[in-house]
Amino acid sequence: MPDASFDAAADAPSPAAKGAARRAPALRLRWSSVFNHGVLIFGVFLMMGPVVIAFTSSTFDPIAIHRDGLKLGWGGEFLSTYDTVLFEKSGFTKEVNGLLMLFNSMVMGLGFAIGKVVVSILAAYAIVYFRFRGATVCFWVIFSTLLLPLEVRILPSYEVVQSLGLLNTYTGLIVPLIASATGTFFFRQFFKSVPEELLEAARIDGANWWRFLVDILVPLSRTMIAAIFIIMFVVGWNQYLWPTLMTTEEGYFTIVRGIKQIMQVWIGANIPAYNEALALAVLAMLPPVLIVVIFQRMFIKGLVETEK
Amino acid sequence: MKKVQFSGIAPPLLLIAPQMAIVVIFFLWPAAEAVRTSFFIQDPFFGRAVFVGFDNYVNAVTRSDYLRSAAFTGVFVTAICAISLGFGLLFAVCADEVLRGEGPYKTLLMWVYAIAPPVAGLIGVMLFDQHIGPLVDFFAFFGWELQTGVDYWDTAFAMTVVAAWKQIPYNFIFFLSGLQGIPRSLREAAAIDCRSPARRFWTVVFPLLAPTSFFLLVINITYAFFETFGVIDVMLKGEPGNNPVSLVYKVYLDGFRGQDLGGSSAQSVILMVGVMLLTVVQFRFIERRVHYA
Repeated sequence: MPDASFDAAADAPSPAAKGAARRAPALRLRWSSVFNHGVLIFGVFLMMGPVVIAFTSSTFDPIAIHRDGLKLGWGGEFLSTYDTVLFEKSGFTKEVNGLLMLFNSMVMGLGFAIGKVVVSILAAYAIVYFRFRGATVCFWVIFSTLLLPLEVRILPSYEVVQSLGLLNTYTGLIVPLIASATGTFFFRQFFKSVPEELLEAARIDGANWWRFLVDILVPLSRTMIAAIFIIMFVVGWNQYLWPTLMTTEEGYFTIVRGIKQIMQVWIGANIPAYNEALALAVLAMLPPVLIVVIFQRMFIKGLVETEK
Repeated sequence: MKKVQFSGIAPPLLLIAPQMAIVVIFFLWPAAEAVRTSFFIQDPFFGRAVFVGFDNYVNAVTRSDYLRSAAFTGVFVTAICAISLGFGLLFAVCADEVLRGEGPYKTLLMWVYAIAPPVAGLIGVMLFDQHIGPLVDFFAFFGWELQTGVDYWDTAFAMTVVAAWKQIPYNFIFFLSGLQGIPRSLREAAAIDCRSPARRFWTVVFPLLAPTSFFLLVINITYAFFETFGVIDVMLKGEPGNNPVSLVYKVYLDGFRGQDLGGSSAQSVILMVGVMLLTVVQFRFIERRVHYA
C-alpha cells in the first residue's frame, strides 16, 4: 500500500514540481522499505532466535551449558547427544527411547488425521446429500462438540475411557480426540458449494450414492482433503494434555508427552541434561515443522479456509 | 441443503454412525457426567457420592485460590491477545508492503505455528532459567532480577511471553491473508485521496481488517484459555506451588491431583458456559462476516 508507485500516482498531476516529486517518493520508498525490512528482520529474529539457540545448545555437553548458559555455535556433541536421545532406552522402566516416542507420535498424528478426515467426510456427506429422519438432531449433536474443547471435560472423559478399558492404547489416544466436529463442519461447507448439476448428471448415468461419493465427490475435494490432513496431522502430533492423562505406560508415550517426563527428571538433577532435553524438543518439533514448511501453500489455504 | 438428494434410510445412518458414536461416547457422555458430578461430593476412598446441590459451585467461586487463579487468567489472556495480535498485525503489514522477499519472510515467520505448546514451554524454561537463561541476563542488564519459578509475577511474565510468542505466527498468517484480500483498486483510490500511509492504514485498511481481527480475537481467547495448558504445565515443571495457574490448569490440578471431583467438575461446567457464550458470539459474527466478505 504506501509503496512508492501510489505516492507517485498521487503526485502525477503536478508537473510543475516534477523534480521534487520524483525525488521525494524515491526517498520515502527507501525509508519505508528500510523500516519494513527492519521490522521483519526483527520478527525473524524474534521467532527464530529461541529455536536456533535451542538447537545449537543441544550440540554442547551439559557441563558447558551449565557453566556458560545457552550457547550459540557448534558444540561438536551433536552425534552423541542425538544418538543417546534416539536410541538409548531411558525412563523408569527402561522401555522407551526417542525413536519409539517418534513412532508413537507418528501413529498418533497419522491416525488422528486419517480418522478425522474419513469420519468427517462420511458424516458431512450424510448431512448434505440425504434427507432422513433425525438429520437435524444429528447435525446439532455433532456441532455441539464445537462448543466444548476437551480441556473443560478432561476428568469425565478420562473416566469414560478408563471404564472402556482403553487406557494405554492407541485407540484411547486417538478416537476421543476425533469427537470434535471441526472437520465435519468444513466438509459440510465444501459439499454445499458443489454444483447440484453434478449429482443430477451422475444419477442420470446411474451412479448410486456410494459411486457418487467415491468417484466424484472425493476426487473433487482432493486439495481440501490434503489441506485438512496436514492441519490435523500437526494438531494430532502436538497433542499434550490427553496423552499425558491417557498413557502411563512409557511404551505408549508420544514425544510431546515425553517432554513432561524430561522435566520431572530435571527437578532432582544436579546438572540436568540440558542438551538431551533440547535435543528431544528439536526432534519433537521437526516433523510438524517440516510438513508445514514443505506444504506451506496448502497449509495456509486450509487454515484460512477452514477457520472461516 | 441440496435440492437433489438421495433417498433411503440405511445409507445416511450408516454414514453418520461413526461420527455419532464417537460424539455420544466421548463427548455427550463425559459432558453430562461433568454436569452430574458437579452436584455431588465424591468420597475418593469409598466411592460414595453425596448430593450437595450448588455447593460445589459456591465453594469453587468463593475460594481464594480460585479467585486468584481467575484474576491471573484474566491478565494472562488479555496480555497474550494484546501481544500476539499486535506483533502478528505489525509483521503482516510490513510483509504485505515489502516488494521483494515476501515469500521467505512469510515462511520464516509462520513455521513456529507447528511447534507444540509444551515444546515451546521447554525452550521457555531454558531461556528463563536462573543458571543458563540468556533472557535472565538480558533483563538483569536493565536491573530486573527475574526469578522464574520462585516469584509469582516473574513466572507469570515468562509464561505469558512464551504463550504469546507461540501464537504470533497464527495471527500473522490470518492478518496477511486478510490484507492480501483487500482489492488493489481500493488502496489505489485511498492513496490518491490521502498521502499519509499511517492515516490510510487506520482509516481504510484497518476497518477492512475488522472482521479478521474480531475472528482472531475469539480464537486467541480460546487459545489463551485452553491450549496454553502445555506451556503452563511444562514451565511449572508439574510443581505449581505458589506459582500462577490458569483456570483450565486448576480444573486439572483439583481433579487429578486433589481428587476433588465435584469441585473440579463445577469449575469445568463454569468454563463450559463461558466457552459456549464465546462460541455463540463467534457464530453470530460469522454470519456478519459472510455478509461483508
